[in-house]
Amino acid sequence: MMRPVQAARVLSTTNLRGITLYSPQELIIAARAGTLLSEIEAALAANGQHLIAEPPDFSALLGNGSAQTLGGIVATNLSGPRRVAWGATRDHVMGVRAVNGHGEVIHSGGRVLKNVTGLDLCKLLTGSHGTLGVITEVTLKVLPAPEAVGTLLLAGLDAARGVAALSAALGSPYGVSGAAFLPADAAALVPELAAAGRSIAIVRIEDFSASVAYRTERLRADLAGFGTPDILDDATSRSLWRAVRDAVPLPAESSSAIWRISVRPSAGPRVLEVLSHQIGARGFLDWGGGLAWIAAAAGTASHEAVERVALAAHGAWTLFRAPDALRAAVAVIPAEAAAMARITRRVKAAFDPGFLLNPGRFYAGL
Amino acid sequence: MRQMEPKADVLARRSEIVAGLTALLTPSGVICEPTRLKPYETDGLPAYRQIPLAVALPETTGQVADVLAFCHRNGVRVVPRGAGTSLSGGALPMADAVVLGMMRMNRILEIDYPDRLAVVQAGVTNIGITQAVASEGFFYAPDPSSQLACMIGGNVSMNSGGAHCLKYGVTANNLLGLKVVTIEGEILEIGGAHLDANGYDWLGLLTGSEGQLVVVTEVTVRILRSPEGQRAMLVAFPSNEIAGACVDAIISAGIIPVALEFMDRPAIHACEAFAHAGYPLDAEAMLIIEVEGSVAEQDFLLDRIRVICEGFSPMSMRVSQSAEESLAIWKGRKGAFGAVGRISPDYLCMDGTIPTSQLAHVLARITEMSDSYGLKVANIFHAGDGNLHPLIMFDANDPASFHKAETFGADILRLCVEVGGCLTGEHGVGIEKRDLMGVQFSAIELDQQRRIKSAFDPDWLLNPSKVFPLAVAAE
Repeated sequence: MMRPVQAARVLSTTNLRGITLYSPQELIIAARAGTLLSEIEAALAANGQHLIAEPPDFSALLGNGSAQTLGGIVATNLSGPRRVAWGATRDHVMGVRAVNGHGEVIHSGGRVLKNVTGLDLCKLLTGSHGTLGVITEVTLKVLPAPEAVGTLLLAGLDAARGVAALSAALGSPYGVSGAAFLPADAAALVPELAAAGRSIAIVRIEDFSASVAYRTERLRADLAGFGTPDILDDATSRSLWRAVRDAVPLPAESSSAIWRISVRPSAGPRVLEVLSHQIGARGFLDWGGGLAWIAAAAGTASHEAVERVALAAHGAWTLFRAPDALRAAVAVIPAEAAAMARITRRVKAAFDPGFLLNPGRFYAGL
Repeated sequence: MRQMEPKADVLARRSEIVAGLTALLTPSGVICEPTRLKPYETDGLPAYRQIPLAVALPETTGQVADVLAFCHRNGVRVVPRGAGTSLSGGALPMADAVVLGMMRMNRILEIDYPDRLAVVQAGVTNIGITQAVASEGFFYAPDPSSQLACMIGGNVSMNSGGAHCLKYGVTANNLLGLKVVTIEGEILEIGGAHLDANGYDWLGLLTGSEGQLVVVTEVTVRILRSPEGQRAMLVAFPSNEIAGACVDAIISAGIIPVALEFMDRPAIHACEAFAHAGYPLDAEAMLIIEVEGSVAEQDFLLDRIRVICEGFSPMSMRVSQSAEESLAIWKGRKGAFGAVGRISPDYLCMDGTIPTSQLAHVLARITEMSDSYGLKVANIFHAGDGNLHPLIMFDANDPASFHKAETFGADILRLCVEVGGCLTGEHGVGIEKRDLMGVQFSAIELDQQRRIKSAFDPDWLLNPSKVFPLAVAAE
């Protein structure tokens, strides 16, 4: 992810292990950065709770096979399908302890759910990819896990109609917590959908069982203009959304590059269409159409096409997976406007005056 | 309250600065007459007052940029102001500062239902956003008590909350993009109409930065479809401990009500006298619990909650049977500040957050302090998220009484930090809690935050007397 880093040493947080505080009735869990996400999820599940932003597992996609840690998920601000309704990982980071480039321990936030005391360094450090400080401990807000999960499935829509259906569902009063569109070739890669042989739009409801039954039926009626949705059962829904979360609908070839493009949801279909036409891209849309996952040949021509289509949609891109040479050669995320870039440099220096931490991770020379 | 020493050279150049602003904004956009400056001398914390140097009233982002660039060139301090409803003195002027009043930037620029967003100028009121989208069944979620008056630019600057953030989050969780202006007059676009982009989370940092990093001129907010309906219930308990334990039990059962409000005995009495909402006057503590969904879903959730509450032997329990009855239950709570104002014309509204498990302990300690200071206090508590609002009653005509109230309030906030909470859950640090920042943060941590302020505002011209203790801020 991001640009390759040239650094003399690796500072691993692997040995910073362990849950330091878990108070289920206060919806709070804290753990050291190297704690495995699986350990945290198991502790939460034992109390019927879960991580709100549904952090994805990209070990297969990135081919690194390594187990995810809390610190890694927070440093990269990765969120799954539930992001569209319930916020990103950054929205649930209530407290952070980190060491800045001066070697000073700083904390921000705390162990309570509502806190506006001082600058919100929790948000600034979340997603900063280790460039401002080394995160050593994180406190997250958690929520009760839903009793049941249901999915509505519409087959055979084109991308524009598919996203229109997703928007209708997300704009309903039924608390939709996932909304994705998979073109036929992407759906074919997901075991739960492979039999359809057509494009698939899916909408998720998570709630108490009776509510899931009621809400899926109401949505089925509301979406009648788009076809007759099938309703998937709880077990199928859970494995299907895990596949969407982990980007399973992307082609498996490890030689291709992968981008994530954030746009307003209604612009998602155009992104898919243009990139499919221009660079033979394959991909799918999550977050109601607002997140386009794109796979295409790794090269500057592909990247430039991604940049063009993202800019045209007033969106943003991330070159998510690519050989080091490509990630070093192009802007892996959009460059900031000159006035913002000046401030960015000063903020970076405010944390890390020697520019020691993950140099060049976001931008060359920073 | 002590502020930074006014800059003598700026005070001396007052007429020149007013003329410069007038050239940028025309005479109708500048206020400099003492009688017309008077309404700007304070905000929602009227204990502190200071007439500013002048008030500038821009109508466009370009004019904001012009004013800021002018002030930057001339070394003039700037205090941004929305509706002036800050309860922490966030908009308190300085004698040598230009107040940048955003109320003329009050247009809604775009509403997009399929993409579920609205783009509005900073001076649009919080309720104005919801009113603009209500006809399509949508709303803007954060609902601070001042929502009829407060403006979205101020909400962003203070990261405002409300009674429903347990489910819907605070301002920071409901934003997509900002247009802001730096003190140098540069216009920056942060975020946009899309969700997360990679790179630094400037949207998150700027939200709640109390007007000290940039001036917000436009905001892209997420709008949500309203639920099918909502209904409230009211439960009374013989002690704070039992009410607190009941809150824990509800959340432990996997139920997250959309609102979960706690009132102690003095608050119940004050609100009942004011609103005649049928509150139980014999109770020590009372919960208002609200759920959302279809009528059947409401019944399901309220029934589950009722069963849980019964396990704690409540003194009384009333489940609303209609929207009207729910409104009546809420009426007392929503009028709480006015109600306390009837008992005591002057009160300080504190805003600490505590771990919810500490509620009974903290309330007991507050009662002890109330006795020793000889000042009455009523407690209102967003019980789901731990945000505690003690209302300390005092007599403003008696300086000793006000001083005692301030000291009492500071003791409560120290207690909040001591039990694992924080100084402010939603009102902001402002000038009110500035000198307590050292209770929550180490010198190293304050210095880290100060360096970030300097990165945006190297000369410390934007709202500089707030948030950071003056000894630190002046370095």
